[in-house]
Amino acid sequence: MALRNIIGKRIGNGIGLVGRRSLSTATCDVENRNSKSMNLYSAINQALHLALETDPRAFVFGEDVSFGGVFRCTTGLADRFGKARVFNTPLCEQGIVGFGIGLAAMGNRAIAEIQFADYIYPAFDQIVNEAAKFRYRSGNQFNCGGLTIRAPYGAVGHGGHYHSQSPEAFFCHVPGIKVVIPRSPRQAKGLLLSCIRDPNPVVFFEPKWLYRLAVEEVPEHDYMLPLSEAEVIRQGSDITLVGWGAQLTIMEQACIEAEKDGISCELIDLKTLMPWDKETVEASVRKTGRVLISHEAPVTGGFGAEISASIVERCFLRLEAPVARVCGLDTPFPLVFEPFYMPSKNKVLDAIKATVDY
Amino acid sequence: MALSYLRSSSSRSANLLRPLSSAASLRRPISTDTTPITIETSVPFTSHQCEAPSRSVETNPSELLTFFRDMALMRRMEIAADSLYKAKLIRGFCHLYDGQEAVAVGMEAAITKKDCIITAYRDHCTFVGRGGTLLEVFAELMGRQAGCSKGKGGSMHFYKKDSNFYGGHGIVGAQVPLGCGLAFAQKYSKDESVTFALYGDGAANQGQLFEALNISALWDLPAILVCENNHYGMGTAEWRAAKSPAYYKRGDYVPGLKVDGMDALAVKQACKFAKEHALKNGPIILEMDTYRYHGHSMSDPGSTYRTRDEISGVRQERDPIERVRKLILSHDLATEKELKDIEKEVRKEVDDAIAQAKESPMPEPSELFSNVYAKGLGAESFGADRKELRATLA
Repeated sequence: MALRNIIGKRIGNGIGLVGRRSLSTATCDVENRNSKSMNLYSAINQALHLALETDPRAFVFGEDVSFGGVFRCTTGLADRFGKARVFNTPLCEQGIVGFGIGLAAMGNRAIAEIQFADYIYPAFDQIVNEAAKFRYRSGNQFNCGGLTIRAPYGAVGHGGHYHSQSPEAFFCHVPGIKVVIPRSPRQAKGLLLSCIRDPNPVVFFEPKWLYRLAVEEVPEHDYMLPLSEAEVIRQGSDITLVGWGAQLTIMEQACIEAEKDGISCELIDLKTLMPWDKETVEASVRKTGRVLISHEAPVTGGFGAEISASIVERCFLRLEAPVARVCGLDTPFPLVFEPFYMPSKNKVLDAIKATVDY
Repeated sequence: MALSYLRSSSSRSANLLRPLSSAASLRRPISTDTTPITIETSVPFTSHQCEAPSRSVETNPSELLTFFRDMALMRRMEIAADSLYKAKLIRGFCHLYDGQEAVAVGMEAAITKKDCIITAYRDHCTFVGRGGTLLEVFAELMGRQAGCSKGKGGSMHFYKKDSNFYGGHGIVGAQVPLGCGLAFAQKYSKDESVTFALYGDGAANQGQLFEALNISALWDLPAILVCENNHYGMGTAEWRAAKSPAYYKRGDYVPGLKVDGMDALAVKQACKFAKEHALKNGPIILEMDTYRYHGHSMSDPGSTYRTRDEISGVRQERDPIERVRKLILSHDLATEKELKDIEKEVRKEVDDAIAQAKESPMPEPSELFSNVYAKGLGAESFGADRKELRATLA
């Protein structure tokens, strides 16, 4: 299926990297004209090129973006658009975001990069107290909708405490900003362009594990994917699985295994976490009666908790089993213990079976 | 005669040093000759808002030989870590300090273990300077139980409580306000100790540094902020990140001193001066002009943003170990052969420590949950359906 064809090495099952899949039952309507096989960082790079090309008031800045960035997402931008539009900042996250808010408040598109999501916390005050509330507190006189903050997030196998974190839950708790997480190159390009052009400040987390590993046919033209629309990437009837980003690959593996036991799993990619598509998830849960949420971030207070509470509110009488959450443990992201910490395929599979057999 | 005295004492102490790394103490000098020698630093100090200390540094043969041995050990250790990383025995991140050894070694010579040191992630040698053993270093790098942080911290998180080494921090600049907090506590305890908070030229642009400086100056804290300026914040040269790369002046109302960080004696003199100053007058900034041979970390070749000529130029002209070697030889404190023997010894110590570290086991799986909170808070973890596999965490 889609994701399995995309990501080879991470699962180690030797499947070829390039997917020649037909369109899924997804609601996205991206035509497959003129596509090229590329990985996640190239897709993001293309999106940035298009964003700067189509809007002369768009800027890309952050630590080390000029030479291409530590993950090569900003390659070629400085050469093509000049140092006045693509430039490095000193090492100061709070400064970067604050600066971006100001730039956006003047009507520009500020695309700020935070080098690793783990470093976003110095900028947390700016995001929560400034960016999220600017339009609200000025009675719509001002806004910083042109601000998009990009940050690589998530486990990478050897990242340890400060190169592996998934902080999406902190930002989902802030009305006024959007949080978007793509699962693959094709999604990333379309979603990023939507985020940049969205008239609200957006935090865009990119799954760093997939930068090189995820390879897919990505259309070369300018296209946007809708925000706040979840996508059913696998149809099923026994249980609904909800996830985002790199975790979807793991969940899909579990779905495939579960199918061997006769359990039909429906897998939903949330795509936008804030504001999230409650209708799609609810419709799916009404069909299956069971739901499982999985994310890398620690389970307590993770975004899965919000989804769980909302679903219970809306679908209580339809539910056949408690909402299951298979997430990271409640510890700091560990160093050598990463394999134990992660919500692995087997943990998800166990939870699927336990929920179905409840 | 000096030389013959040295030869006999070095062979005696060489035998004592044979047992494995765990016994090897860095503080044992090869020679115990403490006849004072006065040596001039490479360049005079440049000062800001204070009077620079004298260029003439008092030292002695024992100290110089200790400098040599300690720096050679640190150099060898970092190079060994490089190989271990490439062999995938060390995973994750590894930031090497080779080239900057003089800062760690010179600082230790001027202070006591009651003074606190806190630094960023390039901390292997600073840890060793504080008395850490090679075994603890390699075991921690490889994530084993015998490591200084029980294998849970890794390269960026070395700590040593009994010698007041507060680590080992991953987030850039975050350790500086922490260091000023340590100084605050020291001021309360009135025990004439100070804190050295180390950071790099990249971190010098973090807002929290200025907050910490202001508070330290306002409350007269015995805090010494040491900027280890190796001129590159990861891949960004200082002049491209800082409007004013004169980091010793950044304190404005806080005095500062610029020091040749490749000269261990200059570092020692500056730290001694800074400690005296901090105890009387509050915070001071030291800018150590130093250089790292490796890239920012093991994922960085270190040659895309600087030329190989630059790196080899520094190695030829300013290498801290060569500097001390020349001093020792020119003052006839030891022969070339003796110095080479020290280097061989050090190499063996490092190899032995690595072998021993490799035998140390990985931490127990239960360690995943321990020390999230203090003991006994009863945090729980559930299995998939919240019924089975319930574990009470530490």
